[in-house]
Amino acid sequence: MTMLGNLDFDVIRRSLPYLFFEGMRFTLTLTALAAFGGLVFGTLIALMRLSSYKVLGRIAGFYVDFIRSLPLVLVIFWFYFLVPYIGQWLTGASRPISVGAFASSLITFVAFEAAYFSEIMRAGIQSISRGQPAAASALGLTYAQSMRYVVLPQAFRNMLPVLLTQTIVLFQDTSLVYVLSIPDFLGAASKVAQRDGRLVEMYLFAALVYFVISCVASFGVRRLQARIAIVR
Amino acid sequence: MNYNWNWHIFLEPNPMGTGTYLDMLLAGLVVTIKVSVLAWIIALVSGTVIGVLRTLPSRTASWIGFCWVEFFRNMPLLVQLFLWFFVLPELLPKSAGLWMKQLPNAPFWTAAVGVGLFMSARVAVQLQAGIGSLPRGQKQASTALGLTTVQTYRYVLLPMAFRIILPPLTSEFLNTIKNSAVAITIGLIELTGQARSMQEFSFQVFEAFTAATVLYLLLNFVVVTAMRLLERYVAIPGYITGK
Repeated sequence: MTMLGNLDFDVIRRSLPYLFFEGMRFTLTLTALAAFGGLVFGTLIALMRLSSYKVLGRIAGFYVDFIRSLPLVLVIFWFYFLVPYIGQWLTGASRPISVGAFASSLITFVAFEAAYFSEIMRAGIQSISRGQPAAASALGLTYAQSMRYVVLPQAFRNMLPVLLTQTIVLFQDTSLVYVLSIPDFLGAASKVAQRDGRLVEMYLFAALVYFVISCVASFGVRRLQARIAIVR
Repeated sequence: MNYNWNWHIFLEPNPMGTGTYLDMLLAGLVVTIKVSVLAWIIALVSGTVIGVLRTLPSRTASWIGFCWVEFFRNMPLLVQLFLWFFVLPELLPKSAGLWMKQLPNAPFWTAAVGVGLFMSARVAVQLQAGIGSLPRGQKQASTALGLTTVQTYRYVLLPMAFRIILPPLTSEFLNTIKNSAVAITIGLIELTGQARSMQEFSFQVFEAFTAATVLYLLLNFVVVTAMRLLERYVAIPGYITGK
């Protein structure tokens, strides 16, 4: 038979606190903050793209196409080396400033996800009928007010399932900070795996945890979708 | 910014003794293209089988399709590559595991299969949607004409469905190219990997990553242009995109 007999699943139990309180906390915090930041900047980019100022639309379109044609791994490396220089430039320091692992990954993921969230929000805004902003401006609302109170809430609501699905993808993608040796959930599992020579047990367990969380989350999204689809 | 730019670095010899730094990056580009094409073939073939299974009336068939898609969609690609690379050889019988570990170019084959299977779930979902978008009369007419199920799919449903889902398939192919960079984690030295080693050898971080970025953009451009031509060539007459 196989080497299943040699496996030691107790290593998982022993490392549970480290895996979840350190690793998973990093992963979930990064996911939540990056999703929020990505949504805010993504919405701004979408508004730029749809604005009547052609230059703004060009810039936003260029940014989105540019980011979306690059592998996330490359973007992670880019920001990891670039952020210290940007920090130096912003603060006027004499040498590149060191940014922590978390801040660096957060900036990377917000910048990266903003491109993807902006496409979703753009589709959401375009799904609102023309009469709505027209009615808003007839009522005397300014552009900002009409976006804030009329268009964006509906766009957000219509796109909620897609936004959440993208967040599940983001949750899985955060595992790529592994390339910077950052102890997110997978990084923590990998650290224990290499320390104790227990690759099989740790990677199987990590796979199972990602699988269960993603499955439960996408099941929730599907139920939500079914619930809000009936409204119309 | 007190960074020492040196764009001539690309023409300087690399420490591996394989020509210049530019040669190093181009070798990485070739690996990226090879692994992406192989992965895409695997994704298309297995994705088609699974996509078809999901549309069959048989309960078992659509259950198998469902499990396949959920399995490959709900784990990060990086974790999947680790499973194929580090875990699978240990769980197989000794001789098979040893064979896998000693395979020359193991990271390359693992990456092609791993990325291919990961993408197959997405191809399957797209194809299922494509078949679902066809009017049900198409299937009924085929049955009425006496075609078997295999013939119906082979001559009627699949040719139509593939032409309808060509645009989303283009973006999935672009995703395959981008996802191949994840294989850097199992030691495949593709384009991103070469840029990374160039940065480590020469300390010219931003030149190395700029070059890799430009090469990825070019690759994207070539694929998009080729697919647009293909889309125009196979467009279905009578549809909005048709002639």
